[in-house]
Amino acid sequence: MNQDIAIIGIGLHPFGRHEGVSAMQMGVDAANQALEDAGVDWKAIQFACAGSLEVTQPDSIIKFLGLTGIPFTSIFNGCATGGSLLLNASHHIMSGAGEIGIAIGFDKHPKGAFSVGDDMAGLGLGQWYGETGLALNPQFFAMKTRRYMHDHGITEDCLTRVAVKNFENGSRNPAAWRRKALDAEAIDNSPMVCDPLRQYHFCSPSEGAAAMVVCSAEVARRYTTNPILLKADVFKTRLYGSFETMSPSNPAEDVPSPTTQASQAAYEIAGIGPQDVDVAQVQDTEAGHEIMHMAENGFCKDGEQEALLRDGATKIGGRIPINTDGGLMANGEPIGASGLRQVYEVCLQLRGQAGARQIPKAVRTGYTQVYGFPGVSCVTILSS
Amino acid sequence: MANQVPIEEGLFSWPAERPQLIASRCKACDALTFPRQDACPHCTERGGEEVLLSRSGTLWSWTIQRFPPPVPYTGPTDRETFTPYGVGYVELPEGIRVEGRLTENDPSKLEIGMQMELTFETFGQDASGNDVLTFAFRPCE
Repeated sequence: MNQDIAIIGIGLHPFGRHEGVSAMQMGVDAANQALEDAGVDWKAIQFACAGSLEVTQPDSIIKFLGLTGIPFTSIFNGCATGGSLLLNASHHIMSGAGEIGIAIGFDKHPKGAFSVGDDMAGLGLGQWYGETGLALNPQFFAMKTRRYMHDHGITEDCLTRVAVKNFENGSRNPAAWRRKALDAEAIDNSPMVCDPLRQYHFCSPSEGAAAMVVCSAEVARRYTTNPILLKADVFKTRLYGSFETMSPSNPAEDVPSPTTQASQAAYEIAGIGPQDVDVAQVQDTEAGHEIMHMAENGFCKDGEQEALLRDGATKIGGRIPINTDGGLMANGEPIGASGLRQVYEVCLQLRGQAGARQIPKAVRTGYTQVYGFPGVSCVTILSS
Repeated sequence: MANQVPIEEGLFSWPAERPQLIASRCKACDALTFPRQDACPHCTERGGEEVLLSRSGTLWSWTIQRFPPPVPYTGPTDRETFTPYGVGYVELPEGIRVEGRLTENDPSKLEIGMQMELTFETFGQDASGNDVLTFAFRPCE
């Protein structure tokens, strides 16, 4: 980064189901927590950005925070929205448009699998694709996972080990939605959704919000002696040939995924490598993608996941703890907020405030990665 | 027998004795795209030519859709009577993987690398009572 960007305040409205509470109310709660955590008054905030799938006009939230006339950007990039929000905030600061701002993500999804909506034209596809039952993300996750398992010798046991770990981590997180640890038997006996993925291999849509107060490192010194520094924040879209959801066809060639692209660029910008990462939150839409993302983010080679998961290397006490707050599996996915939840967890780990799930070693460098439709990925690298 | 109509014009050659999927081939870089589109997603050249794809290839990956899909799915969605269906990508000799429904929904009969061929199945009826035809892939005998 050509200028140090700091996160000085974090807030989270716990993910889950909150009947009678609107997405925007949760966003207000997260924003106020972040301001309080930073010790910053709303009047000091010079710009804001917000993201949500279900809220038509996220910038409406400002009337609940204060009508101070600041610029406000609404952003949506699917499951990678949280990453985009932080990126937008840091660009704002680097451009000189403002010194201190806030990024807020919030969402509230209906129960059941995400629907892509009834009009396929909005996705650049023919209506036939949806009518005949091909426009479903779980199918894509399943087919990409199956091919990866076939190519790299990953077993169904490995899928289940990811789920066991994430639900175990969720049980240690008072803010998680699913706080009950599940054993392998319970996961393996859950209904098949899209072979080879079962119900408890998947995350579910949920509700929640997260917010961050972001500023230049210089401004951060006015408020805190130990800010979290954003060492890299990279957003990438897919290259031609990348296998992504909602693709009626794909060329038979292999290219780096958007996550691989974003990850490599982020390491380069931060001047570190995957061996330097002490904690990582990666997109675990389902167990298969956590496994693939371990390799795409550089934490192992393709195929090594089988042994790593067997040895517990990604558990909280392991060599590279992944999804320490339970990930999407234990928290669900309010799309607009999900990426900022990852950053929130990494900030807690870097500050040593993660309670029962605090990693039992020095945590200096953290990593987050969100990935989603239609082939977008955002990686951040953070340090204390 | 009811009249048969394709689910979408331009998706496959119809009427034809042995219908084939219709793709576009970029005049500049040869990239194939299905369904056909004017601009090439690889090199952005416009004005691709229409080509008919091979009717058989190998199964690249697959899954079984176990729950009734939400809108815009127009097939039967009653949870009690829903029949899971197979979905897969078939890699054709031209170097393109095409996604389609599979006629097989038994996981023990599907395997990556197996030979598959194009077929057509009735997918409900339109407002005029015509049988709506869509494409699918079936394991080769």
